[in-house]
Amino acid sequence: MISAPDVVAFTKEEEYEEEPYNEPALPEEYSVPLFPFASQGANPWSKLSGAKFSRDFILISEFSEQVGPQPLLTIPNDTKVFGTFDLNYFSLRIMSVDYQASFVGHPPGSAYPKLNFVEDSKVVLGDSKEGAFAYVHHLTLYDLEARGFVRPFCMAYISADQHKIMQQFQELSAEFSKASECLKTGNRKAFAGELEKKLKDLDYTRTVLHTETEIQKKANDKGFYSSQAIEKANELASVEKSIIEHQDLLKQIRSYPHRKSKGSALCSAETEPTRDQADQVATTSNPDESADADLYACRPAYTPKLIKAKSAKCFDKKLKTLEELCDTEYFTQTLAQLSHIEHMFRGDLCYLLTSQIDRALLKQQHITNFLFEDFVEGDDRMVEKQESAPPKPSPGRPPSRSPEECPIPQVFISVGSYKSSVESVPIKMEQELGDEEYKEVEVTELSSFDPQENLDCLDMDMKGSVSSGESIEVLGTEKSTSVLSKSDSQASLTVPLSPQVVRSKAVSHRTISEDSIEVLSTCPSEALIPDDFKASYPSAINEEESYADDSEGAIHFQASISPPELAEAEEGSLENTLSQTDSSCCIGKESDSLRVPLSTPAHTLSDPDGVVSSPPQRYRQKDQGFHVDFAGENASPSRDNSSEGFPAFELDPSRLLASRDVSKTSLDNYSDTTSNMSSIASTSSDRTPSSAHPTGPSSERHKKRAGQNALKFIRQYPFAHPAIYSLLSGRTLVVLGEDEAIVRKLVTALSIFVPNHSRHAKPVKHWVSSPLHITDFQKWKLIGLQRVTSPAGAGTLHTLSRYSRYTSILDLDSKTLRCPLYRGALVPRLADHRTHIKRGSTYYLHVQSVLTQLCSKAFLYTFCHHLHLPAHDRETEELLASRRASFLKLNLGLVNEDTKVVQYLAELLKLHYVQEPPGTGHPTLRFDYVPSFLYKI
Amino acid sequence: MVAPRLIIKKSPLQTIGEEQTQNPYTELLVLKAHHDIVRFLVQLDEYRFASAGDDGIVVVWNAQTGEKLLELNGHTQKITAIITFPSLEVCEEKNQLILTASADRTVIVWDCDTGRQVQKVSCFQSTVKCLIVLQRLDIWLSGGNDLCVWNRKLDLLCKTSHLSDTGISALIEIPKNCVVAAVGKELIIFRLVTPTGESLEWDILEIKRLLDHQDNILSLVNINDLSFVTGSHVGEMIIWNILDWTVQARECNFWDPSAQLDTQQEIKLCQKPNDISIHHFTWDEENVFAAVGRGLYVYNLQMKRVIACQKTAHDSSVLHIAKLPNRQLISCSEDGSVRIWELREKQQLAAEPVPTGFFNMWGFGRVNKQASQPVKKQQENATPCSLELIGDLIGHSSSVEMFLYFEDHGLVTCSADHLIILWKNGERESGLRSLKLFQKLEENGDLHLAV
Repeated sequence: MISAPDVVAFTKEEEYEEEPYNEPALPEEYSVPLFPFASQGANPWSKLSGAKFSRDFILISEFSEQVGPQPLLTIPNDTKVFGTFDLNYFSLRIMSVDYQASFVGHPPGSAYPKLNFVEDSKVVLGDSKEGAFAYVHHLTLYDLEARGFVRPFCMAYISADQHKIMQQFQELSAEFSKASECLKTGNRKAFAGELEKKLKDLDYTRTVLHTETEIQKKANDKGFYSSQAIEKANELASVEKSIIEHQDLLKQIRSYPHRKSKGSALCSAETEPTRDQADQVATTSNPDESADADLYACRPAYTPKLIKAKSAKCFDKKLKTLEELCDTEYFTQTLAQLSHIEHMFRGDLCYLLTSQIDRALLKQQHITNFLFEDFVEGDDRMVEKQESAPPKPSPGRPPSRSPEECPIPQVFISVGSYKSSVESVPIKMEQELGDEEYKEVEVTELSSFDPQENLDCLDMDMKGSVSSGESIEVLGTEKSTSVLSKSDSQASLTVPLSPQVVRSKAVSHRTISEDSIEVLSTCPSEALIPDDFKASYPSAINEEESYADDSEGAIHFQASISPPELAEAEEGSLENTLSQTDSSCCIGKESDSLRVPLSTPAHTLSDPDGVVSSPPQRYRQKDQGFHVDFAGENASPSRDNSSEGFPAFELDPSRLLASRDVSKTSLDNYSDTTSNMSSIASTSSDRTPSSAHPTGPSSERHKKRAGQNALKFIRQYPFAHPAIYSLLSGRTLVVLGEDEAIVRKLVTALSIFVPNHSRHAKPVKHWVSSPLHITDFQKWKLIGLQRVTSPAGAGTLHTLSRYSRYTSILDLDSKTLRCPLYRGALVPRLADHRTHIKRGSTYYLHVQSVLTQLCSKAFLYTFCHHLHLPAHDRETEELLASRRASFLKLNLGLVNEDTKVVQYLAELLKLHYVQEPPGTGHPTLRFDYVPSFLYKI
Repeated sequence: MVAPRLIIKKSPLQTIGEEQTQNPYTELLVLKAHHDIVRFLVQLDEYRFASAGDDGIVVVWNAQTGEKLLELNGHTQKITAIITFPSLEVCEEKNQLILTASADRTVIVWDCDTGRQVQKVSCFQSTVKCLIVLQRLDIWLSGGNDLCVWNRKLDLLCKTSHLSDTGISALIEIPKNCVVAAVGKELIIFRLVTPTGESLEWDILEIKRLLDHQDNILSLVNINDLSFVTGSHVGEMIIWNILDWTVQARECNFWDPSAQLDTQQEIKLCQKPNDISIHHFTWDEENVFAAVGRGLYVYNLQMKRVIACQKTAHDSSVLHIAKLPNRQLISCSEDGSVRIWELREKQQLAAEPVPTGFFNMWGFGRVNKQASQPVKKQQENATPCSLELIGDLIGHSSSVEMFLYFEDHGLVTCSADHLIILWKNGERESGLRSLKLFQKLEENGDLHLAV
């Protein structure tokens, strides 16, 4: 709504540089990183030379126990999308970074196999050869037939644009977590069903065996048992055992911690302890069971089946497909969510960032944004609500409710998603507590401004990635020191624009992949994990505590490395201790030995080529110098510093270890957080953002078309201004015409000027052919009316003339407009027929920005107490009226009819605010007794 | 001589343009609940009213918010009369009651607070067409083909013999325990005999028949402590002494242009009888206002003459009029419009009406109101005052049957198009909404008043 992407896209970095930067910087929520390769003369829309696929896609792969890593499906399911890209090879790559060897089986001390409720891991990796970068989300599903009951899967978002993956990590992670959660829930359900059937089988088998044994006993009463009888008895015993084991498994799967319905971030904390219990790792599984399992097949309307003791060969069995592993409904939902993700992250990074900023800003205007915003926002709201309700369906719940439980948001990058990303990640209890503290801190700190909403979108987060093979380089290179800085320390690579961002990052980092580093760096195979895995937990907790506690130390630590920064750091901490604490906490945790300039939070270091981002406001004054430097290509002192420090770190793994020792925690614990980013040294082309499909969701196209047609209308009709004024002031505009298509088109175009009454329905009726009624004017503010030439049509026109005082009438056939006079200044700005805007989407954004400004005026007007209510008892109504008039004129700068627009919007705001729940209640028809005039071309 | 149809078209219907600065009603709310003609509106208290009509249901509304509070279902046919039944001071039951009579020959007592049907009487021989409550005696009377007297418990106390097949069309209370009933052309005066020491029986006696009207009496109202007024189908208006039932004054030349002006011969020619029937009266201390055919007349009680008139106030019959405190008169008509008039001393002629829209330029079929036709003022030269149109309310698509004026909430109109429209003063509503908004802000603790 506020910013225009096509404006941004044309911005040249050089121009930016040349500017002396003396004007006040754009508030950081408006800033969008410039295209990083502009200086290299690269066309921002040029395709990546290295990439073999035409646009981003989602790949689901499995590490099959039979054939190894294999791709299962892509979204979109279109071979054109991934082209010659080697899915098999890439599957191998992404599956090989999975550390999650979550075993089920007999833990050493336990009699029965234990299920391990494993959390997903999320990593970022790059593959120079393929020119592909991927966000990889690993998860495990349960399968009774599989080895250890688990089947490792992963979902990967593959893009040619490294920055996209990095900067959208939070969002990707949040969205994929939803998908994963949905899939896993469905899987648990299916697994439980499978177990139940298996139990029935076993029960039946036991009965049969028992009967047989009895018969044998009777037939054979000589006092000794035949070998056959002994065999039967053994079989029976093993079935008995198997039953108990399966019952235990069923109990475990059913006891999967139910998500709490409260704030999502808290959920994981509450559920954590139980999960910890479950996290015990067993090494072996019962051979009998797997043997039994082999014969098991799932079928509907189940009748128990005899289970033979003989087991089939491991490789004979056909493993279940992903679809079979999951309850159908959940599976469909997961797919829907994935294609939603694909939709959501389609297009250029710049575009994504802009729209994220947009949405975040809109959310802030929760009182006024219903007026001109689309219902996407309304949907978001709903979704958010749903999220605050139990976010994921628990296994016990009937599937019929699941659509609510697993919302499939339309366009949705919101606070909610951040939260859920935090939530979906395993977090230690202690850590959660820390998190809560942080939250409080944030609240006090930024009470007036929701930090997440504004700042998260600017988040230049770079997640640790993992290199496991030669061709997958860890992202981050020698090429750019600042990239190194990112890769090494979360704190530095992220731009902690707000504590919340930092914190959530820290959390997700912490939780991403506890052990991915060990797995990947120390030993390429996943086999050895269990012990380490177990061991890592307690220390992780300690680690967390220490982080939370000695953040101060962390600051000093950094400071000691770069004294100049210390001053700043301390200043900063004095000024805003808490936020500093946040960032330093992260720093301390993830890269203790790294000297991270404290100003880093204020700057986006994420891009070596000078991505510009504005610092948070509280830093701005102080950091102005830095900012300038950063804006330029020249390395600023701070940047130099960082570039000194980071490469060393990056290149020397031992130092990495050492630094961890310093922090007194085991390497294992946060290996994931330090997962390296390797960026491919060779390719600058690799960095070019993907440009394949800049088109957004369909509503975007709709907006574009509406904008285009509105623009056409403005150019074509000299009386566009009074028409638009009618719409803005709540006077119903009737578009009269014979041709339905033309009328509909114009109605759609003009609907961008119609203020909504509520979130639920736009007061626009595209096409009516029956005579209008008074209720229509109450309900609709823009109506497309069919002109009928037959006698029946006379009635229509008669009622129209009768109700002429409530309407403005635009006659498309005779090209006339009958409506009140307009002499204001607002609409000419909104709809200048000489405008240089050529593109529909640009014009749409222009309209939106003007309307937003208008909304804020209406907001001011509505919520100024003394304008509407007397300051004291003696004030008369006349005084109030004059005060209102002068406020509208002098403070808001409104002339003539413009005041009516604001007054109308103010009435809508009042109604909306007062109504409980908002949006209900009767819309009233407001009108003025003003003369109308006839306009002709 | 011009053809009558044309004359009708050219009749000097006063019009007002779209600019109506004195019209306070700039907000409307359409209330939908009925599915047939809505004929009656009755005010229950300062914020509620009930509506009733041909669909036989009674709906209780909140006049401020337009919220539908209750729907009372009980009658199987159209409702013919509705009246509030004030609760007694002494009575412990404080709930607001209403009485409704229907063509299904029943009368139901409703509790408007709970929606409960309190009691139902279904022993009528004919449809009850009018109801009155004599609060002083705590009884109520129903008038159909006969007149029945009931107490609060719905016991029939007494009744008259069969009066006529057309039935009683109007009923008012006059002093000395008397009531006046309009039956056809006659006015019948009844006296109620209340229980005394000797007899515990109620009785109702016919005292007198007044036969001064030439045609059916359509309207009958009390105007003050001294007199009541009747109006007939042929435009006779008679003011009666309330105590001795003699004619105080008589005006029966509403239709006779010679009494008013001589220039308008055509009007006389074209006026059909129903154009001069007197549908409704309203009054204030000085004047009686009569809705006569399509016109409005102001009759001064002291001067005993018409002091102002608007011969064609509407396109068709005026059905209901009411006087507002501020010298304003509101009228509604079969033509679907409601007009607001102001009674002014005639000093100078009012400004020319503002031209209306431009529809004729568009060829929008027949234009029902001729634009910019100057109103002929000379017709009113004979009268010392004038009724000036200060606004009209266009909303209903069919005959507006009745309206109700709320001091605080505006105007409620009901119509044959099944709708009820709540007309509100937009400015006041805006202020009220602001008040609510800041109240809510305060409740939420979001209101910080700067010193």
